[in-house]
Amino acid sequence: MHDQLQPTGSNSNVVHARGLTRRYGEGATAVDALRGISIDVRSGQLVAVMGPSGSGKSTLMHILAGLDKPTSGTVEIAGTEITELRDSKLTLLRREHIGFVFQFFNLLPMLDAEENILLPLSIAGERPDDGWLEELLRKTGLTDRRSHRPAELSGGEQQRVAIARSLITHPTILLADEPTGNLDSKTGSEILELLRDSADAYHQTIVMVTHDARVASIADRILVLADGMIVKELIGSSASEVLEVMSTLG
Amino acid sequence: MIRVALKGLLGRKLRAALTAIAIVLGVAMVSGTYVLTDTIKAAFSTVFSTVYKHSDAVITGKSAIGTDNGGGGNTQPPSLSGSLLTEVQHLPGVALASAGISDSARLIGHNGKVIGRGGAPGLAFSYTPSGQRFNPLTLIRGSWPAGPGDIAIDEATASRSSFPLGQTIGVVARGPEQRFRITGIVKFANVSSLGGATMAVFTLPTAQQLFHKNGQYDTIDVAAAHGVSPRRLVSEIRPLLPASAQVKTGQQQAQQATKDTSGFLTIFQDFLLAFGGVALFVGSFVIANTLSITIAQRTRELATMRTLGATGRQVLRSVLLEAFVIGSLASVVGLFLGLALAKGLNQLFVSFGIDLPQSGTVFATRTIVVSLIVGILITLAAALRPALRATRVPPIAAVREGAVLPPSRLARLGSYPAGVTIALAIALMLVGLFVGGLSTGSRLLAIGLGTLALFLGVAMLAPTLVPPLARVLGLPAAKLGGAAGSLARGNAARNPARTASTASALMIGLTMVTLVGVLAAGLRTRFQDSVNQLFVANYAVTATDNFSPIGIAAEQALRRVPGVEVVSGVRAGRGRAFGSNMNVTAVDPGVTRVMALKWQSGNPSTPAQLDGSGALVSKDWASANHLHVGSPLSLQTPSGTVLHLTVRGVFDPPKGGSQLGDLSISTTRFDTAYPNPQNLYTFVNIQGGATPANTGLLNMALSGFPDAKLQTKTQFTHNQLQGLTLLLNLLYVLLSLSIVVSLFGIVNTLVLTVFERTRELGMLRAVGMTRRQIRRLIRHESVITALLGATLGIPLGVVLALMVGVALKYPVFTVPVGTLVVFVLAAVIAGLVAAILPARRAGRLNVLEALQYE
Ligand SMILES: Nc1ncnc2c1ncn2[C@@H]1O[C@H](COP(=O)(O)OP(=O)(O)O)[C@@H](O)[C@H]1O
Ligand SMILES: [Mg+2]
Repeated sequence: MHDQLQPTGSNSNVVHARGLTRRYGEGATAVDALRGISIDVRSGQLVAVMGPSGSGKSTLMHILAGLDKPTSGTVEIAGTEITELRDSKLTLLRREHIGFVFQFFNLLPMLDAEENILLPLSIAGERPDDGWLEELLRKTGLTDRRSHRPAELSGGEQQRVAIARSLITHPTILLADEPTGNLDSKTGSEILELLRDSADAYHQTIVMVTHDARVASIADRILVLADGMIVKELIGSSASEVLEVMSTLG
Repeated sequence: MIRVALKGLLGRKLRAALTAIAIVLGVAMVSGTYVLTDTIKAAFSTVFSTVYKHSDAVITGKSAIGTDNGGGGNTQPPSLSGSLLTEVQHLPGVALASAGISDSARLIGHNGKVIGRGGAPGLAFSYTPSGQRFNPLTLIRGSWPAGPGDIAIDEATASRSSFPLGQTIGVVARGPEQRFRITGIVKFANVSSLGGATMAVFTLPTAQQLFHKNGQYDTIDVAAAHGVSPRRLVSEIRPLLPASAQVKTGQQQAQQATKDTSGFLTIFQDFLLAFGGVALFVGSFVIANTLSITIAQRTRELATMRTLGATGRQVLRSVLLEAFVIGSLASVVGLFLGLALAKGLNQLFVSFGIDLPQSGTVFATRTIVVSLIVGILITLAAALRPALRATRVPPIAAVREGAVLPPSRLARLGSYPAGVTIALAIALMLVGLFVGGLSTGSRLLAIGLGTLALFLGVAMLAPTLVPPLARVLGLPAAKLGGAAGSLARGNAARNPARTASTASALMIGLTMVTLVGVLAAGLRTRFQDSVNQLFVANYAVTATDNFSPIGIAAEQALRRVPGVEVVSGVRAGRGRAFGSNMNVTAVDPGVTRVMALKWQSGNPSTPAQLDGSGALVSKDWASANHLHVGSPLSLQTPSGTVLHLTVRGVFDPPKGGSQLGDLSISTTRFDTAYPNPQNLYTFVNIQGGATPANTGLLNMALSGFPDAKLQTKTQFTHNQLQGLTLLLNLLYVLLSLSIVVSLFGIVNTLVLTVFERTRELGMLRAVGMTRRQIRRLIRHESVITALLGATLGIPLGVVLALMVGVALKYPVFTVPVGTLVVFVLAAVIAGLVAAILPARRAGRLNVLEALQYE
């Protein structure tokens, strides 16, 4: 079951994607969600992906997470080329290297917060590291709420559970698609803080999609997508600069 | 991971419970059957081991044609001669030998009618003080019979029919009713109930006289002298015995008797298990459907698990684990429910006149093991497809609304697999029905598998049939139900696979019910036709239970009625010819005036020319054995006599059954060859025909024979069909179990659908639908589903009946339209009943919550 995944690529980047395209449907009604995207993410970086609705952000995240396959192009995660992997290998890769945070939290309603956080380990049949669990609970401020079910938690708390869940396996890369999209702005800021914290404290590599310009203050790099292409890369920009770029794209 | 699966199950308790019910009922039927039949078997075994407990050896008569459980007629083995007792008593190894009579006699209640229901026997024994050590009966009150007018009866009869000590009671044995004074009340040790059987105990001389066995015995019980083993005793006795007697150790005798009854009980058991099987089969449809719906609803959850690193195999395992837990719980519940059901089944049989002995409830290990294994395996088998479906949930479904599962490889083939399955099913059935040279077992197997495959095939085809059918069947709903009706019609066709699978479960039960109903209707018309053809008498006399043979004294009494023109008795017994045992009948010359036989060879005067060696044979039997007028044949009787007969006539019996067997001899010959001859039927013609006055006259003549029943042609037809009617009703009751299972299937689907459409129902309420309209919506959908089941099941049942009819060379084809209409109405009512709970849940939805529901 636990046959080790041998790196197949040669790149030292955590994420190394080249020439990604993704076409939905066929013929006249076909939609090109991605039209040739290449990105590299170095270990420990926090990369923000921005862009108008329908620009292909989610599609990109799904492909990077191995949830979807590109029409063309290649993706290497932690040195493994994933676009050609069989489902079983891909599942192992996901277990070992990828954490995913969803816009709608996707917690299991019958499990309490702690059980939800530990779920990836129990799926992998691994023993939880109690110290790491306590650390994550503390960091996410859920220590008191660990035995509550999702229905008894606020949206922000639920998303913090989801983040802790994605961190519990020490993933090589954490992918988050609009983690604040379903939260009010104050709670959203807290989540962004938490992600930044994780990147700093645990040297966690993160790629996240967001509409929130305040991400400018926490991201190492901002990739701006429009019509399935990267139209701009901002490094060390201020929130107002980000807002300006965004407004020109509509 | 296991914990996650179990927690998930706990979170869906109602759904799990609804799924489980489908299995609970089937398992309960299996376990109930075992408990009931084991209990009856144990009772019989207790009876027999009690009877022979103190006998080291038992001598009984031995039928020359072997023991067989064949149909009508006196199957009593020949009696033992009186001198045998003295010889046995003089053997050195014998300490004590005691002879007795064991026969059957009817007790007559205060109302002048025979006591005892249905086919339960009236047992009769003799009592001798010297044989007391062998006596299996215990005296509860009073004393053992000591004089010619004394009788002891069993406790159950005494209390049920209120006969206290000292009262007189009527007894019918060979001749007219005789009255005896009750001196004792007895019971069988260790058995709580002998079923419907009654017991009568007389002194030995009285019994010999009563049963026309003067100087003869039926059994000799022997106790060995000190130090003589039963085996040695038996070998000492054996040389003394004539061919018509046998000796066994008490233990062997008990085992043999138990074995003889267990054959019948095994058939009974298989018969009941078959209904458990049908219920489980239907249950497997319900489970498969419920699980697929649940899995469809959990797509997002399963996909999330996949994104968190769960493999397809883990998903498969978690679904199967869930099924395993449901199956185990359901099987355990079913197992114990079976204990109660056993009692219910027994009540059912008692009410249908089948009253068998009972002792303490037997809950065998086999019952537990088989019930659990069958329940769990069926659940797992049913879960396999939904579980495989679950593995196809792609991780991306976690983030994409309304992601649809990729179609399975099978589904991509369209309706070909369904077509292939149906073709295979029909092929299997044709093989079972028509290919020659197969054993009955493999025939039944082929037909059974074929039927299963047919159900599967039609169920596979059903999704394609559902949309058009639902449009038609939903027409009344759409017309009458307003907006709710039209929506219901649309909803029924919205998820064809789901509706089809729900309806298919009901289809199975309805197919079986229809099959049985159509076949029964066919048998009924055929029988009526044949009575109409044969019966030209004014009256018929049979036993009060319609099928037991009765002594010929009643026939003699009828002859003395003034105005009587013909009294013709049809005797019945067993015999052996051409290597197999068969029913033998006997007729007198008058038979042609009361039965219109169709002659192939011979004429109405042939019966008068049968004399001592003539035989009358049926056309089919004649051709099977290459017989024609003048052919010799030999018939061996149970007492060992071989009759050398010559065929004098060949008649063509009507297809619907004949009162004459394949072989008939003259009554005069019969009465010398068979001790204690009995009549199965007695036909009477009287001046003036069937009139109230004549009925009165004849009944008066029969007043001494409470076990005889006078009837006109119409009554005769009705009475003779009573067995069939009972059987039919019994089958309906037993099949209703699988229909109940399928109703739970409808309930499941509707409950899950309501749950799934919470948001949509909230929206409908928000735009102004009333609670009542919502409930109506669900009810209509339920009725449409039930009608779909009827539309598939009833024609299928008719087709199956046709095939079976052809196979039995009995191509009766009477479609009982009225009955089928009743089935359709029953399906509609079933649909309404199934909708009660789901409709109430749907009506109770809180609009606001429903809209916020995620
Ligand atoms: N499953 C799908 N089928 C067809 N088109 C899709 C699908 N998912 C996304 N698209 C289309 O692809 C484009 C990019 O979508 P998406 O990646 O979701 O954009 P974003 O997340 O940036 O809003 C949009 O035009 C969208 O309509
Ligand atoms: Mg998106």
